[in-house]
This record gives sequence, C-alpha cells and structure tokens, in this order.
Amino acid sequence: MSAVTPNSAQRASRPASRSVLARTFRRNLPARVGAVLIGLYVLVALLAPVLAPPQGNCRRALTLSETQVVPGPAAYLRELLAPPAECLQMPRQGFAAQPKPPETGTPLGSVGGYDIRYGLVWGTRTAFFLGIAVVAITVTVGGFIGLAAGFFGGWLDNILMRLTDITFAFPGLILVLVLVAALGPGLQNIIIALSLVSWAGLARVLRSEVLRLRELDYVAAAHGLGSQRWRIALRHVLPNALGPVFSIVVLEMGSLPIVAGALSFLGLGTPLGFADWGQLIALAQKWIQGPPGEPFAYWYVTLFPGLCIALYSLGWNLLGDALGEQLDPRNR
Amino acid sequence: MLNFVIRRLLTLPLIMLAVTFLIVLVMQLIPPEQRAVAFTTNLQQLGRVQEIIKTNHLDGSVFEQYWLWLGQALGGNLGFSRTSGETVVATLLSRFPATLELTLFTLVPLVWVGVWLGGQAAVHRNRLPDAVIRIIAVLGYSIPSFVLGVWLLVIFYGALDWLPGTGNISNDSAVLLMTGSVRHVTGLVTIDALLSGRLDVLWDGLKHLILPAFTLLVVGIPALIKGTRASMIDALHSDYIRTARAKGITERTVIHKHARRNALLPVATLISLSVSGLLQGAVLAETLYGYPGVGAWAAQAAAAGDLPGVLGFALMAATIVAVINLLTDLAYTVIDPRVRYA
Repeated sequence: MSAVTPNSAQRASRPASRSVLARTFRRNLPARVGAVLIGLYVLVALLAPVLAPPQGNCRRALTLSETQVVPGPAAYLRELLAPPAECLQMPRQGFAAQPKPPETGTPLGSVGGYDIRYGLVWGTRTAFFLGIAVVAITVTVGGFIGLAAGFFGGWLDNILMRLTDITFAFPGLILVLVLVAALGPGLQNIIIALSLVSWAGLARVLRSEVLRLRELDYVAAAHGLGSQRWRIALRHVLPNALGPVFSIVVLEMGSLPIVAGALSFLGLGTPLGFADWGQLIALAQKWIQGPPGEPFAYWYVTLFPGLCIALYSLGWNLLGDALGEQLDPRNR
Repeated sequence: MLNFVIRRLLTLPLIMLAVTFLIVLVMQLIPPEQRAVAFTTNLQQLGRVQEIIKTNHLDGSVFEQYWLWLGQALGGNLGFSRTSGETVVATLLSRFPATLELTLFTLVPLVWVGVWLGGQAAVHRNRLPDAVIRIIAVLGYSIPSFVLGVWLLVIFYGALDWLPGTGNISNDSAVLLMTGSVRHVTGLVTIDALLSGRLDVLWDGLKHLILPAFTLLVVGIPALIKGTRASMIDALHSDYIRTARAKGITERTVIHKHARRNALLPVATLISLSVSGLLQGAVLAETLYGYPGVGAWAAQAAAAGDLPGVLGFALMAATIVAVINLLTDLAYTVIDPRVRYA
C-alpha cells in the first residue's frame, strides 16, 4: 500500500523541478552566462592533463615515456581523478623568486619559479574537489540534522538547534581559522574545517522547510496509510524540502574556493607549491610594486590568478541567484 | 517587555558558556605539551613543561580543564601569545582600537550606500537601475577581498603612489604620537588627531584607511543591497502602500515616508550581520594592508599555530557578535512598535 505513495510523490516532483530549471534559463541572460562560465571551468578541469601537461616529477610518477603527451584512457582517468601527489605540485621552472613574464613554455608567466598556467589549470581541479567534498559532507550532515530536528521536534530539535546557535555565535571565517590552527594546514583539514562550519546554515534552512511540510495534508495521508515515521520523513518530506537547499548549494560552490583561497593567502592552506588559486595570490602579494619606471611590470602575477578565482565564483553566484529567484514563492 | 529584556540578557552568559566550552574543546585537538606553552611567558620556562601540565591539569578531563580555564578567563587571563610576545589580553587591548577604527570607518558608508542602492533597486525593480545594482552586488560577492585588495594596491600604491600601502599611520605621524604631540586619548588615530587639533595627522590616518575600508565595503555591500531590496519590495507590495497611493499621495512621499520606514526595520539585523562580516574581513584586509589591528595578529597567530592567540581573538569576536545581537533584539522593541515581547 505504501509503495504507491512514494511513486506518485516522485512523479509529482519531477516535472516541477524540471520546469524550475527551464524557467531559470529561459530569457535569463545572467543564468546563461553563469552556466557557460561553470561549463568552461568544468572543461578546464577535465582537460587539465592536456592544457597543462604533466612535467618532471609528475611524469615520472605516471611513468610516462619521453615523447608521450597524453597517456591512454585509463591512465588519463587516473591522472584526473586520483593523480599522484607529484602532479598536484606546481612544477618549478627555477628557483628565482622574481616573476618571469609570459613566454613559450609558461604562457601565463611564472612567479617564485612556479608555472602560473599549471597552478591555475590544476587549481581548477582542486577548487571543484574542495567544493564537491565540502558540499557533499554539508548536505548529508546538515540535511540529516535539519530533517531530524524539524520532523521529530521536541527535545531533539532543541538540542540540535542549540548546536547550530553555538556555530553561529562565531563569524564563519574566524571559526574556520580556529579549527585550521588547531588541526594544522592542508587540503584535508580545510575540508573538515569548512564542513564543520557550514552544516549549521543548511540544517536551519531545511528544518524550517520541514516544519512547514510536515503539517501538510499529504503527510497526514501517508501517516494514515500506516507509513512509518522515518519513511515519511525520508521519502515524502525530504524530497520536497530540498528546493531551497539547491540554490544554497550552488552559491556555496562559489564561496568555498574564496574561503579556501583566503586560508591559503593567510598561509594556512595547502602546502607551498600545491596547485591552488589562493596559493598563487599569496605569492603575488610580494610583487605589487614593479621596478622603478615600470609600475605594471608584474601584471600577470596578480591579474591571472585573481581573474580566475573571481570568474569561477561569479559563475556560481549568477547561477545561484537565478535559481533562488525562481524558487522564491514571491516571484510566482 | 521588561520580562523579555531580562530573559534576553540572561541568555548572553549562557551563549558565552557554550562558546567558551567549544573553545576549550577545540584545544583538546592538540597535545598537552603544546598547550602548556600558553602558560609560559619566556623560553626558560619551556623546560618545566611537565610541571606545568601537572599543576594546570592539562591531561585531565575536558570538564576539569574547562572549569580551570573558566576561572582563569574570568580573572582576565587568556594565556600567553607567542606571536605577539605578550599576554593575549594585553595584545587584544593594544590592537583593538585600530580594528575598531577600521570597522567604524567602513560600517557607516557601508550601511548608507548599501541601503540606498538596495532601495533604488527595489523602486526600479526589473528596470535598468535594478539590473546595474544587482550586477554590482553579484560582482561584490564574487570578488575575494584579497584579490580586490592586491589589485587596488597594484594601482593606487604601486603604480600611482597616491595612497600608502601598509600600516595605519606614516612614520612622521607615529613620531608625533610617541612624543605626545598628539595625545593618546581613544587609541583611534583619526579621533586622537582631531582632539589634538592636528589636521595633518588626521589626513594621514584617513589616507591609510581608504584602501582597507573600500575593500571591506565592496565585499560587505552585496548582503546589504540584497536584504534592503527584498524588504523594500515586500513593503511596496503591502496593503498600506496601495491605500497611500489610492489616497493620491505623490509617489515620492509613498516611497520615502510610507515604504522606506517599514522596509528599514530588517536592516537592523543586516547591520548586526555586517559587523560580524567586518570582523571576518578584518583578518584578511588587515593582513593585506599590514594594518596593526587584532585581525592581522590573529592571522599570524593561526599561521604560527599559536592557539591561545587565535582562541583569544575568536572569543573576542564571539563576544562582540553576541552583544551586537542582543542590542539588535532590544532595538527592535524600540524601533518597531509592533514588536512587543510578552
């Protein structure tokens, strides 16, 4: 008996979510620009081994022969999804700290001996990896807590919401700073710290949505049909509560690399030389003033990494804004 | 009403208890030997680490440690910071005025411009001004403060040399402060200069504030624009606005007198959120511009693994946020007659 209801609930939700996406992109230039930008970054991440071919230690770790440019499909996938640590390290062109302008071999210039192009291309992969990892943890943990608090209420709700209160008592970046200082720097610890801070916002939003939904007739109907409470929560309430979460997740994808970049900039991020956008900006900080008479001599050092991180974030923000606008009931 | 105020005042210590417990909990992540360093004031004492662990029960349970920590913290002892070479409390006190000055100089234009832009966007909704203002907001969200800051430094400090690149005061003014020509009253450079009648020092202080304040403004303004726009749109759609228009009141009066006053109520919350945002932003902006505030020190402390320093700063930030939230809640009972807490 209860097998009928989830199916019909799914059938009802599918066309609706499709129309939200369709409405978001129809006659909405910013949303399209955002989608194109993100599409480009996805391409860069997927084509990383071609756009910035592995060099030196990375080639050796991949056991590539002298002339091989792109390895076979299996090796390519390995390079992309689980690259050896050497490949995520920006190759050094030399050990001079002085930036070198764009030339063949380093088309975007180099700083501190590091190839800027390599850092940006493989940094895109880092940004996606970090974003997806944090969002996955946040949505799972925050979603579960928000659902439990909203659906079951009572003392459980009280305890869980006081936990979010404590998280909200600190400005986000400051709590991240404390956690990274305690855990130590590194990509993995940054992901842990960012997840520990961002679950609370998501839990709150989902809770308020669940509170609204659980009073609706269809939940009472499912209850009347004899469905178990967890089943109602997971199959009936949760899918319908995910709408607002969607635009938050998209916006978070855009803001996470900024926070991670800030940590790298403060020297708390990835280890020195790791292919990461914030790292390159931290290196650029020392080259703000050109030699006398040529104020913009090191333009490539600040411009390319800055544009790269800003456009990535812009893409997600344009998408997230358009989605939020569509999902906002006031705009119907 | 009084009942609400008292109950709300009582929640503040509860929040602070929870926050400080979290801080002590985070400290358990590092081994007792490292935590013992917070109890030393010079290198010679490092030889007595085991003794320090024993006397301060650093290997005890979290609750035992929290109890001891709380006793010390209430006595004004938050430990010793390796990065500043002083106690945490002394560092916070000496560096806070600079951060306060930067925050105040950013907050006023931030709220003013943000609320104005948000209101304009709502009034001209879905027309050109709205589109332009929303683009400004999205750009502000997208550009990281450290990227904007580096670009501003390249242009206004590196290339044009119009504005200073580091610190909150030039060497000449610093000498005047040290010799007492500019009296030390508030610790805020601009205000002290004004009180001593030194306009040159005032201008010097202002010049040092422009770039960091502008950076924080650009990063902070989108939240204010979005918030004001949404609440103004809600206000413009309400029944009393339709009534006001039906009575034949000019559109100008409708917007300025009827809609805006009500739309500005949620802005109180936005302002308190902005203060929290500025505290975070200060960590980056102060580091970038070499500004001698608490944020720059907290960043150094975090990078050096100086946990007492970072936690002292976090405790300060959490206290400020808690107090500002309390003030906001209390302000609503005054500015919004509909809010009557039973």
